[in-house]
Amino acid sequence: MSKVEMLYREALNRAIDEAMSSDSNVVILGEDVGLYGGSYRVSEGLVAKYGEDRVIDTPIAELSIVGNAVGMAIGGLRPIAEIMTANFALLAFDQIINHMAKYRYMSAGKITLPVVVRFPQGVSRQLAAQHSESYEQMLSAVPGVRVLAVSSVNYAYHALKRAIFSDDPIIFIEHELLYNKKGIVDFDEEIDIFKANIVKEGSDITIVSYLKMVDDVIKAVPEIEQKLNKSCEVIDLQTLNPIDFETIKKSVEKTGRVVIVEEDHYTGGYGSQIASFLAEKLFYTLDAPILRIAGEDTPIPYNRKLELASIPTPESIANRVTQWGESNGL
Amino acid sequence: MDKREVEEIYYLMSLGRKFEYAAKEHYMSGEISGFLHLDIGQEAVSVGAMRAFEHGDVFTTYREHILAIAKGIEPKAVMAELFGKRSGVSQGRGGSMHLFEPALHFYGGDAIVGGHLPNAVGCAYARKFQKAQDGVMALFGDGATNGGAFFESLNIASAWKLPLLFLCENNRYAIGTEITRVAPFLEQSKKAEPYMPTIEVDGNDVIAVYEAVKEARSYIQKGHGPIFVEAFTYRWEGHSMSDAARYRSPEEVDIWKSKDPLKRVRKLLTQQYEMSEDEVDELDKKAQAVVDNAVEFATESEEPGVDELFDNIFVERVENVQG
Ligand SMILES: Cc1ncc(C[n+]2csc(CCOP(=O)(O)OP(=O)(O)O)c2C)c(N)n1
Ligand SMILES: [Mg+2]
Repeated sequence: MSKVEMLYREALNRAIDEAMSSDSNVVILGEDVGLYGGSYRVSEGLVAKYGEDRVIDTPIAELSIVGNAVGMAIGGLRPIAEIMTANFALLAFDQIINHMAKYRYMSAGKITLPVVVRFPQGVSRQLAAQHSESYEQMLSAVPGVRVLAVSSVNYAYHALKRAIFSDDPIIFIEHELLYNKKGIVDFDEEIDIFKANIVKEGSDITIVSYLKMVDDVIKAVPEIEQKLNKSCEVIDLQTLNPIDFETIKKSVEKTGRVVIVEEDHYTGGYGSQIASFLAEKLFYTLDAPILRIAGEDTPIPYNRKLELASIPTPESIANRVTQWGESNGL
Repeated sequence: MDKREVEEIYYLMSLGRKFEYAAKEHYMSGEISGFLHLDIGQEAVSVGAMRAFEHGDVFTTYREHILAIAKGIEPKAVMAELFGKRSGVSQGRGGSMHLFEPALHFYGGDAIVGGHLPNAVGCAYARKFQKAQDGVMALFGDGATNGGAFFESLNIASAWKLPLLFLCENNRYAIGTEITRVAPFLEQSKKAEPYMPTIEVDGNDVIAVYEAVKEARSYIQKGHGPIFVEAFTYRWEGHSMSDAARYRSPEEVDIWKSKDPLKRVRKLLTQQYEMSEDEVDELDKKAQAVVDNAVEFATESEEPGVDELFDNIFVERVENVQG
């Protein structure tokens, strides 16, 4: 009974449910989180169980959703703010960056903000330019907020529960195509949410990724391994701020070669932070140039063919890693 | 009102409804994807407003196919856009939510709720600056009136006396949230009252919408500043194709279906304008033929090529920097 198979969205729901039942200060607020059950059904059933005072349907007012959550936390609650889609969170960036990230620092640590902002993002299916973006690169550059990126079902459950009871503000990034992903939650596991996870061990190439791209990398690996006759180690970063450099370092010391895969745009993408760390600290450990595979520098098109051409796919990952391997003596 | 205008209005509403049902059908069969927001039940607002505001600039949201068509964009260019084809009005890059045609003063398709309102204010500033005649219209839902962009826009448009017509399509719901659960009253024009005159209108009565918008248009054109029109209506379908609309009762939907805006104009045509049922049926047939033709055109059109991925990001075409 300690290991249960469930969907990503069910794992999130379970984490919130358990947190709400163990602490009456935990509240959730956002657009359509109550009666509707959440756009991605994450808060399904919670309003019936905990009432409208704790599962709060807000107007379409993202600045207030995050701003109110900050005020609720100042007032002693533990709010979980749900943003419907990352693009709408841009309206709340003032609250996230000027307020949520800075009250603790500006008050010499006297104010504590236990806020979680749930943040569904990424390229889904033909939702076009205003509903498909990713903002981890901006958010992870803000001192004062922690940023988690949730790929596995197990991490979804554990990390959300920990995040809710953390006393620091946390941006909890989910990917819109993962809500119906199946996985196993190990309830007995004690995890450190600020640690990366080695999804697959290997000895020749380290592939670093996060969110949905971890699954795409896993799909690409058999072809890469077969064509290059080498083995890949796949790391799911899980935590983007802080970054678990230790896990990356250990892996690269073993393999000497690194590929970084992200869905977001290439220029200024989060992967450039990882690349910079490798170049600065592990230059002499590297046996090949770093390969970054990222989304193209374009708004996301509606047309399906173009949409897929604008982001990495299992096929393009396999092709690019294989080519890179071949031209670097693998 | 002139009979020919009422006929045209009926035709456009019929065309709009048939277009939406065709879009729904082709969404279900997979040729259309993404978010598809249908305007069925609200045709009187879309058509009445556009007919009464032919030459002005129009800024609107993602629920926009009928607005685009009534503003003069070819139905086949709209359908092709929904199909993601190069012959679509946004060349397949925008889809249902992002239709734009500056040549027709249609700056449609913004899908950030309330986000287009400051843009409409800015355009109204430009039109005033240019001493232009026609003014600007911004359409938005009841849900948009709860955000900061809305209140900022009311304030600026009124402080600067800009020629801007705010048109709120109050269909009572923002996805699953009934407006009265997140605002203190049903009538959102109350929020505008301190800033500008307001007009409330039955949004299922196309003639009433038409007259209200005409009156509002002449008010902004005279340089009095902005005005607010609120049309009360209802969407028959879910918020988008991914919404099963479980938050409202079938009885509530039925009450609104009995106020069918299209039937009302038909009645007007047959009773007041002495058209026969057959003559009105002919208008429906003509509309259906246009929709069928639009679907055929969309089906046969080509998709954009992957080599066009970097088109139209900047004035000068850029290349892939990733390699
Ligand atoms: C800033 C922002 N927040 C949330 C959304 C998600 N969303 C899309 S439409 C919608 C409801 C809008 O309701 P309303 O303004 O009444 O327009 P209607 O859909 O009824 O025409 C919501 C919440 C969004 N697109 N933009
Ligand atoms: Mg509405």
